Amino acid sequence: MLTKRIIPCLDIKDGRTVKGTNFVDLRDAGDPVELAALYAEKGADELVFLDITATNEKRKTLAALVDRIAHRINIPFTVGGGISSVEDVRVLLDSGADKISVNTSAFKDPELINRLSAEFGSQCIVLAIDAKKGEDGEWYVYLNGGRLATEKKCLDWAIEAVQRGAGEILLTSMDHDGTKAGFAKEITGLVSRSVNVPVIASGGGGTPIHFYDILDRHADAALAASIFHFGEISIPELKAFLKQKGIPVR
Amino acid sequence: MSMKTVVIKYNAGNVRSVQFALERLGVEPLLTDDPVEILSADRIIFPGVGEASSAMAYLKQRGLDKTILEAKQPFLGICLGMQLMCAHSEENDTSCLGVFQEKVKRFVADGSVQKIPQIGWNTIHGLKSNLFKDVPENSHCYFVHSYCAQLGQHTIATADYCGLFSAALQTKNYYGVQFHPEKSARLGATIIENFLNIV
Repeated sequence: MLTKRIIPCLDIKDGRTVKGTNFVDLRDAGDPVELAALYAEKGADELVFLDITATNEKRKTLAALVDRIAHRINIPFTVGGGISSVEDVRVLLDSGADKISVNTSAFKDPELINRLSAEFGSQCIVLAIDAKKGEDGEWYVYLNGGRLATEKKCLDWAIEAVQRGAGEILLTSMDHDGTKAGFAKEITGLVSRSVNVPVIASGGGGTPIHFYDILDRHADAALAASIFHFGEISIPELKAFLKQKGIPVR
Repeated sequence: MSMKTVVIKYNAGNVRSVQFALERLGVEPLLTDDPVEILSADRIIFPGVGEASSAMAYLKQRGLDKTILEAKQPFLGICLGMQLMCAHSEENDTSCLGVFQEKVKRFVADGSVQKIPQIGWNTIHGLKSNLFKDVPENSHCYFVHSYCAQLGQHTIATADYCGLFSAALQTKNYYGVQFHPEKSARLGATIIENFLNIV
């Protein structure tokens, strides 16, 4: 049976992990490769590396980092952050990334999704959406790391992106992100039921029951960052809990 | 023992992960499309991610289709590589290499499964062959695919997604796995190691 995936996310700036960790068994907690290797060892199903570097040198440093990760890590990983061209993607896949995620660049140039999926296949193109609930009760797409509102409804954009060739949706609820109060079940479930590709829930996971609530019916995978970095939830414990609740996990 | 392992280079997808997985096992593979190099190796690995008809056209253009059929040494196809070793693929109605008689068909969404491609960790069952030495039944492997080989006489492992399909195939020296052992954590490394250790 296909299992539900648990995906730790690492924010990267200039080749280093941005948020600290409290793992005592890491030689260098700032090195994303060390942290990634630890997560892989503990049973993470996949990893996401989100590069928030804003310099011109970004592409080169990111490709070098991806190469280091790919040498060391024996599970699939996605790389995202400021990727905006076929050439960007080619460099990262050639360096060993399994998938890439696009967000703002794809929204501004939706044809990018068509070009990328035609060139590399849908299976390695993840569309990341940052969404927030409006006063009218609808969920809207936000860009630039959540700083720029748009008038596009989250559901409409997800459906369009999948039609254009996105192979997976990574949906972050900005309303839930950082709250540790649970994932956004309503919008995640709606998107998941409306597209025929996997949906990764992101934002709000704080306890094992939150993961159960979202994975039971609403999402194919769940992503989280700081709760894993700070050891608030260990992956083996989380998976044992989910398994005992009847969720298929590895 | 010094063993020459080649990874066949062609136009289908990213072979870096396979190369790195071998390196983690202490094997430095040679990445090549030269038939002489390929046929002089102790082990041949035929990876692949991509589309069947263009990959087959490329293999034929380079004469690699004949090279693959001449191999006498242990030969491992991965993902699209395995599918190309089958008789036929529904993907753009492609005649393939015919090492395995099984046919490759697209997943058809059913009541329990709506999402295609299959992306993620699935269990493998009915494990036969030395490829799965020390690999328990119901082990999890990482799959990414929209097409799958049907069950047949060469099936040595099955998995279930929209019904049972061949997770691995074998005939004589030829092995194929639909999942990605290079991305299937420690267990995947065991499977690759088993392949390298076949006598």
